[in-house]
Amino acid sequence: MIELLAQADNAVDGLKAVGAGLGYGLAAIGPGVGIGLVVGNAITAMARQPEAAGMARTTMFLGIAFTEALALIGFVVFILLNFA
Amino acid sequence: MSSDRDERSPERDLAFDMARRSLWVFPAWVVASGFIWGMGGALSAALGYALVIGNLAAAAALMAWGARTSPVALMGATLGGFIARLAVLAGIVLAVAQLEFFEPVPIAITIVASHLGLLVWEIRYVSLRLAAPGLDLPRPGKEQK
Repeated sequence: MIELLAQADNAVDGLKAVGAGLGYGLAAIGPGVGIGLVVGNAITAMARQPEAAGMARTTMFLGIAFTEALALIGFVVFILLNFA
Repeated sequence: MSSDRDERSPERDLAFDMARRSLWVFPAWVVASGFIWGMGGALSAALGYALVIGNLAAAAALMAWGARTSPVALMGATLGGFIARLAVLAGIVLAVAQLEFFEPVPIAITIVASHLGLLVWEIRYVSLRLAAPGLDLPRPGKEQK
């Protein structure tokens, strides 16, 4: 019985680690799509109006950083699930 | 894609501004973490801060290189850099987590709060700069293009 409980405990730890890894990976999908959209539109803007490239790049960098915050939240959940 | 106008890399300016501004808040947060979670908390908060600033600096450097090179390089550097930076962050945290001082809660709070906080703080200045570009003064020793 004790062995069974120990095995179940190990299984819970393992599932937690798998869940944390999957969560981190899934949390990176949305920001990946978002960053692709941001960069694609910024490149279009720079091609249409090269004199405004500086403004487009500034906005692009901030947009990417905000989008990346979602992935960082997934990363933080990964840390907390694995180590807290 | 590259021109005289691009010589002054806005990504680097933004990352530098954010790092500079964070120096006002970061020491207080590390001390506060030290009081709450002990020495491990202070070290973990410092690590979280270093990860955020390093991540922003790496993103800025990659994007500046991509923008100088070509639109394809910009796309590749941004998306490839995103995946690479996430992998590096995970690798660093997994490596450091084996050490005794590691505290997950302060590092988690530091990463999310400093990343979002610095961005929101920077947005205030960028909004003004974009609304009134004439007020954007050149850096000392550099002429505005």
